[in-house]
Amino acid sequence: MKQMLFSVVAGLALSLGTSAAHAGSDAVVVEDAWARASIGTSRPGAAYMEIRNRGEEAVTLTGLATDLAEMPEIHRTSTDDQGVSSMAPAGDIAIAPEATVTLEPGGLHVMLMRLQRPMMEGESFSLTLVFSDGGEMKVEVPIRSISARGPED
Amino acid sequence: MRRRKFLGYAGAVTAAGGLTLLAGWWRVDGPGAPTPPGTRPLPLTKMEFKLTDHEGQTVGPETLIGKPTLAFFGFTFCPDVCPTTLSDISGWLDALGEDAERLNVVFITVDPERDTVEIMEDYVAYFHPAIRGWTGSADQIARAAEGFRATYERVPTDNGYTMNHTASVFLFDAAGDFVSTIDYHEPREFAVPKIRRAMKEETTEAT
Ligand SMILES: [Cu+2]
Repeated sequence: MKQMLFSVVAGLALSLGTSAAHAGSDAVVVEDAWARASIGTSRPGAAYMEIRNRGEEAVTLTGLATDLAEMPEIHRTSTDDQGVSSMAPAGDIAIAPEATVTLEPGGLHVMLMRLQRPMMEGESFSLTLVFSDGGEMKVEVPIRSISARGPED
Repeated sequence: MRRRKFLGYAGAVTAAGGLTLLAGWWRVDGPGAPTPPGTRPLPLTKMEFKLTDHEGQTVGPETLIGKPTLAFFGFTFCPDVCPTTLSDISGWLDALGEDAERLNVVFITVDPERDTVEIMEDYVAYFHPAIRGWTGSADQIARAAEGFRATYERVPTDNGYTMNHTASVFLFDAAGDFVSTIDYHEPREFAVPKIRRAMKEETTEAT
């Protein structure tokens, strides 16, 4: 137990020590990540999560990387007052201090275009979030069923 | 039925003077808002189109007469709104239990180029078994959308194309008359009572 505690403290110190340059994105926490299974690879996939900025400076999410899809992008679905839904790249996502950006069905989503393999229910994939300060964060995203509505039912 | 409706309108006109404010609220912010004038779907009996369901059977608006209907437009390459809507509908049908058998539920593609009968069959299998997938020629899809007053548009992307489309779920009673829409983002607890209302109109009709 004492040893475990020690290694946690050491890990924390290490991350603080090496990343003074990206203090902003180091304060980012990702919660409730999930994705929908795909049927084959011809259709784009979608993933969702909550991105929380626990720091005191704003951070900007500028890009995504994953070996699952050649073109991962943040998209925004919007529905107009006529009930027509459309989807477009959302561009950079700024997250104010203490703020949370929620990626959820019908709003912001990670759009996984040009899938390199099918997204199978029960598996997971890793997704790297890239921030404007150069910081990166790797998130393991569990894949749920095609008919899933959230991180858990 | 038609006469009763006419009396209803006459009554509304008489009351209109005193109720202008309320009516304004009803239309602008209230429950009347989702159906702006001129965009109300035609009764199913006034629509004309011929499509094919995911089992290869020829279907059209007449297929839906006799049971209340939930219908919506989408496409299987849609990563966000369409699987979410299909999951929502599956959830409502689960909540209705056995009563779900007294409904028609159809998902009409706006992307017939990619959504063949086989693809629709494959896709609907992932959702509630009551959901039928309809596809057909571009021309017949256009006629169907026109009847429902639904719109769709092909939008080129870096990765091919996507479709903008009406994401509301349309509700019709058993006689084929439009009842209401369930809009995307509408709280789930409103949806099931709306469906029950459409089903109740079926029973009123029958007695
Ligand atoms: Cu998208």
